[in-house]
Amino acid sequence: MTGTTIAPAGPDHRAAFRPATFGDVLRSEWTKLRSVRSTFWALTVTVVLGIGLGAAISAATAHGYAKLSVSGKLSWDPTGISLAGIGIATLAIAVLGVLCISSEYSSGMIRTSLIAVPKRGRVLAAKSLVFAVVTFVVGEATSFAAFFAGQALISGHAPHAALSDPGVARAVAGAGLALTALAVLSVAAGTLLRHPAAAIAAMIAVLFILPGIAQALPDSWRNPVTEFWPTLAVGQLTTVHQSAHTLQPWPGFGVMCLFTAIVYAIAWTLLDRRDA
Amino acid sequence: MIEAHGLVKRYGSTTAVNDLSFSIRPGMVTGFLGPNGAGKTTTMRLILGLDVPTQGSVTVAGRSYRDLPAPLREVGALLDARALHGGRRAFDHLLCLARSNGIPRRRVDEVLHIAGLQGVARRRAKGLSLGMSQRLGIAAALLGDPAVLIFDEPVNGLDPDGIHWVRTLMRAQAAQGRTVLVSSHLMSEMALTADHLLVIGKGQLIADTSVDEFVRSSSRKSVHVRSPRAAELAARCRQAGATVRAGTGPDVIEITGMDSAEAGRLAAAHGIALAELTPIRASLEEAFMELTRDSVEYQAAGATR
Repeated sequence: MTGTTIAPAGPDHRAAFRPATFGDVLRSEWTKLRSVRSTFWALTVTVVLGIGLGAAISAATAHGYAKLSVSGKLSWDPTGISLAGIGIATLAIAVLGVLCISSEYSSGMIRTSLIAVPKRGRVLAAKSLVFAVVTFVVGEATSFAAFFAGQALISGHAPHAALSDPGVARAVAGAGLALTALAVLSVAAGTLLRHPAAAIAAMIAVLFILPGIAQALPDSWRNPVTEFWPTLAVGQLTTVHQSAHTLQPWPGFGVMCLFTAIVYAIAWTLLDRRDA
Repeated sequence: MIEAHGLVKRYGSTTAVNDLSFSIRPGMVTGFLGPNGAGKTTTMRLILGLDVPTQGSVTVAGRSYRDLPAPLREVGALLDARALHGGRRAFDHLLCLARSNGIPRRRVDEVLHIAGLQGVARRRAKGLSLGMSQRLGIAAALLGDPAVLIFDEPVNGLDPDGIHWVRTLMRAQAAQGRTVLVSSHLMSEMALTADHLLVIGKGQLIADTSVDEFVRSSSRKSVHVRSPRAAELAARCRQAGATVRAGTGPDVIEITGMDSAEAGRLAAAHGIALAELTPIRASLEEAFMELTRDSVEYQAAGATR
């Protein structure tokens, strides 16, 4: 708040007012996010799948530990197993991120929003920031809960991990961070493509289909894709043991952030220039 | 005050708005008229910064819309009542908008009250009738107590009670010194609401005039006469330079190019008894049709004159 007020033009009885701030737009976007039911459901799915699926996979694989081969035991990754549910939960965050802007396009609300806040960059920035913070809080809570639940189910049947083990705290916290980057990418994709179905399809392609296709390619093609494809690279942040042809955790996260920044910049430019 | 200078908007090869200049003054209701596809909505979108003009500029309160420090405090607009998220409650919809411009929460309750929507404040937007959505859109426009109001077809979907409410509201807002711009294709509605008219057709300004002047300047003024000796009177009128058409019956004629006093004098001078003598003034509807006949974008087949 700058404390400046503006004397209103026109009818005398109108009170002086202050310029709208970015904080006002943030409060507006928070109100938008919390006042639709899809937010509640998508976040519930994130938490339930993230923790529940992780717990189920942890329990099942721990029981099979004794039957594993030597190499299987060597690559035993209790942290990764307990976080396995988060990978599926990303879809819920991607869909919600896409919807929080593209549903404004499909309903026409975007015009109402841009009349209220004609400085369009503010709308995108506030929307992304609010959704990123919500995703960060929910994502971190989910990944830590999934980790502790998973380790509790694994212990007694197989070696389990502790937060103090090398790389484990980074991997668990990294799962929340990776979700947060994905949240921003989804909002940018929704802004860029405007149609909910198109934007959700694009996110599914980026997250699941293109990496899947890469698996069918010859090694010389597959390796660089696994290494640098943003949504695969970011996975290194949540992994304790890096395998061959992968980036280190933070460079992997960096690739995802760079990709997100590029998509975001394009979305920002188009939002500003296109007729709404 | 809304001012446009040489406004042009092209979409590909279509010119929606072509060199439009006008100035919409405070303290009155300005009706924005034109047939479908004339460019009314496009012009409003240009005013509100939703579309960028191809050429020219438009300002509200002296600034381009995107430069207004708190837009909702200066301009309230209703473009499309259905342009909202169907899953959001009416109250929350207004709260989102209020928050974005730093408008206090209690103002949301006030505008809900003004629009008579207290009863449905907790209802989700998709559960509202078109009439209630329209009221919600008007409530949103009033949130910032703005000096400029812009309504695109605000009475669409409203019942007679609602139409009366909107009309009274617009007149009251204008009487308080605000600038009110309202588009419509219903001329009869404008006759009751507007003080001033801005008429466009095919994106071009056709008239910028007061409602009274608009009707008066229409060429279609006629006199309706019923007389047992109608044919004789018709001949006398033609001699005096007027145009006469046969009316609905053998004893009825329609005279143009002569006012009723003159027609009456002429009848009296020749001892012709009159059963009826009525000056017919073109209604706003007719005056409008006359004016925009050449610029109707979508003309029904066979509607040529």
